[in-house]
Amino acid sequence: MDFLRPASWQEALAAKAEHPAAVPIAGGTDVMVEINFDHRRPEYLLDLNRIGELEEWEADGDTVRLGASVPYTRIMEGLRAELPGLALAAHTVASPQIRNRGGVGGNLGTASPAGDAHPALLAGGGAVEAESVRGTRMIPIDDFYLGVKRNALAPDELIRAVHLKKATGPQQFSKVGTRNAMVIAVCAFGIALHPDLRTVRTGIGSAAPTPIRATTAEEFLTAALEEGGFWDNGKAVPPSVARQFADLVAGAANPIDDVRGTASYRRHALAVMARRTLGWTWEQYRGKQQDERNQPCA
Amino acid sequence: MRVTFTVNGRRQEADDVWEGESLLYVLRERMGLPGSKNACEQGECGSCTVRLDGVPVCSCLVAAGQAEGREVVTVEGLAGKDGRLSTVQQAFVDAGAVQCGFCTPGLLVAADELLERTPEPSDGDIREALSGNLCRCTGYEKILDAVRLAAARTGEAV
Ligand SMILES: Cc1cc2nc3c(=O)[nH]c(=O)nc-3n(C[C@H](O)[C@H](O)[C@H](O)COP(=O)(O)OP(=O)(O)OC[C@H]3O[C@@H](n4cnc5c(N)ncnc54)[C@H](O)[C@@H]3O)c2cc1C
Ligand code: FES
Ligand code: FES
Repeated sequence: MDFLRPASWQEALAAKAEHPAAVPIAGGTDVMVEINFDHRRPEYLLDLNRIGELEEWEADGDTVRLGASVPYTRIMEGLRAELPGLALAAHTVASPQIRNRGGVGGNLGTASPAGDAHPALLAGGGAVEAESVRGTRMIPIDDFYLGVKRNALAPDELIRAVHLKKATGPQQFSKVGTRNAMVIAVCAFGIALHPDLRTVRTGIGSAAPTPIRATTAEEFLTAALEEGGFWDNGKAVPPSVARQFADLVAGAANPIDDVRGTASYRRHALAVMARRTLGWTWEQYRGKQQDERNQPCA
Repeated sequence: MRVTFTVNGRRQEADDVWEGESLLYVLRERMGLPGSKNACEQGECGSCTVRLDGVPVCSCLVAAGQAEGREVVTVEGLAGKDGRLSTVQQAFVDAGAVQCGFCTPGLLVAADELLERTPEPSDGDIREALSGNLCRCTGYEKILDAVRLAAARTGEAV
């Protein structure tokens, strides 16, 4: 094995171009487990820890460009207002020690259906900035997950950053597991209201071969909210709408039975999480609407 | 490969390190610092917790080469130079928070960092900070007692 330690991003891209089979290592919280247990013996390890810009974010305009290696702890602490869904999801990852090392770039690299960043990225409508010596391309998050632990990166590409619109409305993340820490999701659900676009987006984790959106549920809810004028009148979402949304979310999943739970339990839990998180986010949205209405005119 | 980094304030070097080796292995097997324990090698138990540039991490999941040039603090670095136990260590002894002791080094490093960051932690803060450290003996109550005790003593000392 060889250990490559590029000192800059350009060097890292050059190393990846020269050795496409090299395995990047950022926080190491996925890679080192595989090496410790002899599940992987890469010819080259490509250490990304010396590349400072991967651990920074830029939030000047209306999107956040989140460096691939920003650890979950710093997302939780520093991006709660801009990226609430991702910050909530980050807080559910493993333990403080793991959150101090692991980040979204590694979660995307592994592309596990159980990765907690994915539902938040899908609901937020993010894009992955992939770069190689050939150039940069933006991969919409909807096109990133190709199969179980397979993603859309080319062999010579590295993830530079993730681009995610700053929240324009409430976002939530919910995850089912046996403990409040150190759990791989039995299943997970992310939701983001986009009042600017009058749409709702979702993300489902651990309930299909890849992280997925519940597109039919999104379309149904978006139409129901529009029809009832809910974005403007700020009324409560009728229980029948919430129920149908929940059923459609459960229907979008394609779960399996495994040691963590059965397929039918996952479907059931997804419906419950969908209904609850819709309730939480919509109440938050309504509260804000009312506050704005109660403001005296200038 | 050769790996050089600072451990508990001293520059240390290890030769013939295998590229896939963990920081934990280098500390224990090459630098004679067996305080950090190896219980799971997969990030689940926290018994290998050390501070890397001040931040608590599982040393079993840091590749040795990633520690190059950086600052590592292990449980061996907590006590004073004269061998006097640190506040957190003494509190663990006094509260009876140590049984077999296998989890203790990781818990000490995690608790020490918590109190540095949050000198008056709530029970919620303590639980969260220690949520990555497993103990199979104590049932955690005495560990929580120990951290509360250490916090109280730190408060008195100021
Ligand atoms: C005990 C334990 C508990 C865990 N619990 C959770 C959990 O609750 N939720 C969860 O989602 N995950 C969990 N994980 C998995 C892991 O922590 C996450 O997937 C994390 O996001 C990985 O980030 P990393 O930086 O450590 O990745 P690494 O291990 O460094 O890399 C992971 C993969 O991504 C690739 N990669 C890394 N950076 C880049 C880049 N810039 N460009 C291209 N490829 C890259 C690597 O080559 C590798 O294939 C857990 C892991 C452990 C050990
Ligand atoms: S040995 Fe590192 S976490 Fe268990
Ligand atoms: S004292 Fe034995 S594992 Fe904690």
